[in-house]
Amino acid sequence: MAKIITMTSGKGGVGKTTSSAAFGTGLALRGFKTCIIDFDVGLRNLDLIMGCERRVVFDFINVINGEARLSQALIKDKRVENLYILPTSQTRDKDALTPEGVGKILDELKKEFDYILCDSPAGIERGALMALYWADHAIIVTNPEVSSVRDSDRILGVIQAKSRRAELGLEPVKEHLLVTRYDPERVEKGEMLKVEDVLEILAIPLLGIVPESPAVLKASNVGMPVVLDDKSNAGLAYADAVGRFLGETIEHRFIKPEKKGFLDRLLRRTA
Amino acid sequence: MSLLDLFRKSKPPTVAAQAKERLQIVLAHERSGRDSPDFLPALQQELLAVIKKYVNIDDDKVAVKLERESGCSMLEVNVELPGPAKRGTVATIN
Repeated sequence: MAKIITMTSGKGGVGKTTSSAAFGTGLALRGFKTCIIDFDVGLRNLDLIMGCERRVVFDFINVINGEARLSQALIKDKRVENLYILPTSQTRDKDALTPEGVGKILDELKKEFDYILCDSPAGIERGALMALYWADHAIIVTNPEVSSVRDSDRILGVIQAKSRRAELGLEPVKEHLLVTRYDPERVEKGEMLKVEDVLEILAIPLLGIVPESPAVLKASNVGMPVVLDDKSNAGLAYADAVGRFLGETIEHRFIKPEKKGFLDRLLRRTA
Repeated sequence: MSLLDLFRKSKPPTVAAQAKERLQIVLAHERSGRDSPDFLPALQQELLAVIKKYVNIDDDKVAVKLERESGCSMLEVNVELPGPAKRGTVATIN
């Protein structure tokens, strides 16, 4: 049975699209047929992060409006088997999304795919509501920073009140916490919230901790999901998170500052 | 760290600890608001209408609030009645 996962956060700029690209690619690498949908109508970016921006002809909104078939809008990834992207419109606005229209497309996708990953826009308005309405799982992307944690708490409240599962009184949406841009050195200095603190406040299960990493910007520059960079800590952290999502027990890593060498300490170099 | 630091008073809380404390306070407040049922304003209006049938009271002399403690919720209705004397009588129904 296909599952719908929504990547959401409330706050913008915390790494939803980066995480959607990495997590979706990670699922496909594990052999699951996966489709990532961009719900950020008017501010399309998933295509750029996935490196397929020049292949967009039709989009999600075209399909909702019956202007194109789903198969015409889906873009097959050239690197990873089983991975598809459904880009959104850059010219229309979020009113183009309707619960029925979105539901119809998701039902159609469910017949073909194992996982459908909805990349939510920021905020708690229509676009975000449409992205979370049909969710079976919600991954809450949070930075260890006060405004991000507060907005995550708010979006959790919205999921618990306005998702389809909440409205129909079904089993609640499964919530997962993904902490991104974590800097263990600043945490050790007491400058940044510890992951334990974020967990205590939000009280949802921890899916992964993605360390702050130059690899994320490098990957987005070239349109590659960072999970494909298996030399980077961030890429490995996303791969671990995918494993945990699939039920594996994987210890969290990259949560302690890296040990500095003798020379670094001698010269008091900082990262 | 110098030797003197050992004798100083304990350090002030880190900025991360302050962030956590501020978040816990603001979220406790926001969560209680989120859970409060939205029938309270309507309840207040209707109670006011009923009481007005019998007693002439000001619109702002009725206060309805819901308090949650562990395990139980308490609906508190405060109605200030115009007394025959100068002092107002306060009736509290819990």
